[in-house]
Amino acid sequence: MIFTRALLKRHSVLPGFDLALGFTLLYLGFIVLIPLSAAFLKTFTMTWPAFVEAVASPRVMASYRLTFGASFAAAILNAFFGLIVAWVLVRYEFPAKRLVDALVDLPFALPTAVAGIALTALYSQNGWIGSHLPFKVSFTPLGVFVALTFIGLPFVVRTLQPVLEDLHKEIEEAAATLGASRLQTFTKVIFPIITPALLTGFALAFARALGEYGSVIFIAGNMPMVSEITPLLIITKLEQYDYKGATAIAVVMLVSAFILLLAVNALQAWTRKRQGR
Amino acid sequence: MSAEAAGPALLNVSYDVAREFYKDYNAAFIKHWKATANEDVTVNQSHGGSSKQARAVIDGLEADVVTMNQSSDIDAIAERAKLLPADWAKRLPNNSAPTSSTTVILVRKGNPKGIKDWTDLAKPGVSVVIPNPKITGNGRYTYVAAWGAAIKSGKSPAQARELVQQIFANVPVFDGGGRAATTTFAQRGIGDALATFESEVNLIKAEFGNDFDVVYPAWSILAENPVAVIDKVVDKKGTRRQAEAYLKYLWSDEAQEIAAKHQLRPRSPALLAKYAKDFPKVNLFTIDEVFGGWSKAQKEHFDDGATYDQILAAAKKK
Repeated sequence: MIFTRALLKRHSVLPGFDLALGFTLLYLGFIVLIPLSAAFLKTFTMTWPAFVEAVASPRVMASYRLTFGASFAAAILNAFFGLIVAWVLVRYEFPAKRLVDALVDLPFALPTAVAGIALTALYSQNGWIGSHLPFKVSFTPLGVFVALTFIGLPFVVRTLQPVLEDLHKEIEEAAATLGASRLQTFTKVIFPIITPALLTGFALAFARALGEYGSVIFIAGNMPMVSEITPLLIITKLEQYDYKGATAIAVVMLVSAFILLLAVNALQAWTRKRQGR
Repeated sequence: MSAEAAGPALLNVSYDVAREFYKDYNAAFIKHWKATANEDVTVNQSHGGSSKQARAVIDGLEADVVTMNQSSDIDAIAERAKLLPADWAKRLPNNSAPTSSTTVILVRKGNPKGIKDWTDLAKPGVSVVIPNPKITGNGRYTYVAAWGAAIKSGKSPAQARELVQQIFANVPVFDGGGRAATTTFAQRGIGDALATFESEVNLIKAEFGNDFDVVYPAWSILAENPVAVIDKVVDKKGTRRQAEAYLKYLWSDEAQEIAAKHQLRPRSPALLAKYAKDFPKVNLFTIDEVFGGWSKAQKEHFDDGATYDQILAAAKKK
């Protein structure tokens, strides 16, 4: 113990490690751990059959499929297009670039209810976009996907940007002089470098989408078994003063989200290791 | 507490769409209290979905009074937090509800689908927007209105259930609030009909133009808007006198007239007569009459796995 402390002290450039760690733990404890453990404690007062009934009824299962499925699909789409957006913003100069750059952050700043209402209006069958589409978007699971894509975009772009900025053009040029084709340069040189950041962005967008309520609720249509998201079912339980049932579903979401994020982190570590970095 | 003391402040925790009414009523009460008790009182308002508001009070929001649109929300505060006695509704006239409303049907101009009553909403090819009964009082009122109307016109409970099932099979969107359902119907152009409170209708017409007709069904539910003083809070804050006066004044002619202007049905027969053209006669039944009270209706119809969930599951299979 004393040895490690001495070791840490010797390696630390800035002073105050003990104090900073103390603050970190206290802060995380108050802001994250205590509220979350309250949810777990509430759930522990349930009997096992009651817990299963609350978290595994067909309606709740349908909502998991929608919430996890739409969140995953939206995060995938954002990973793809977010990469293009980040690439364009970092690599090219064009008029009003700063404006476009600022636009990316809007989904962060906009109250989600506003986003939900705006998207619903646009994609409903008499809306600007919806009226030109041959299929329904608002009030279907597709609408859920649209809303989750909207709120997830900045996470991918903002995590990729700094990495792309560090990625100097010389690397591409070097690859070219060594005879790599454009495709090879991308798949063998650029992509491996940005993969960890892309995974982080994907994970953030995905996690954010899982918990989203405000925007989705307007566009989903909230049909039982079809377009009900899991957070809505939590609200539904609260409406019946069923605090336990509500926290039980929340716990299931928390645990599964945690496992998924852990898996993404592991994947990230693995890609880093494979690149020998 | 002397009459000259710097004014006490009351907190009125209320439901979502009562915002406009209480804004006007507060101004009237503050004037009245100054004239009669020579004291400046402030009234703060908190509005939101009514069950959410009730939960906030249970969890410790210090409301001097609550003004809700469903008695079950105040029952919940009495039962779960014991902040007021269980028989709170007996403390003021009319079940402690100074105003009422009812559920009506809004259709598109000229009523192209010929909707005249609840049964018309059950027909195939008709689409009706109803807020989600699982999370909105407005939606629950529509459900009990249609069900009770069937019972009142001599149908069996099985037939009532069939009717309600067919109506809810015709719902394209379950919005999370009364106002959201209004937007879906009026602005997105979805549905042939919207079931909502009578008190919402004028607002809809003012906001979205006169493209709608109101249909009064033969039978509908009496939607009472109950109010109560939260005893534990006013005794702690020493505001009982003001809080009780605040609620009692809701039955005054002045307040009843303000209510009528906001299309809430006043209790005063004289004012009801004066505004008769705004409040067409409807046969109304109470929740106690048909369902034995809100708590029972909640348990038998709206809790998870109860009738509402069953009919929705059955409607989907068809």
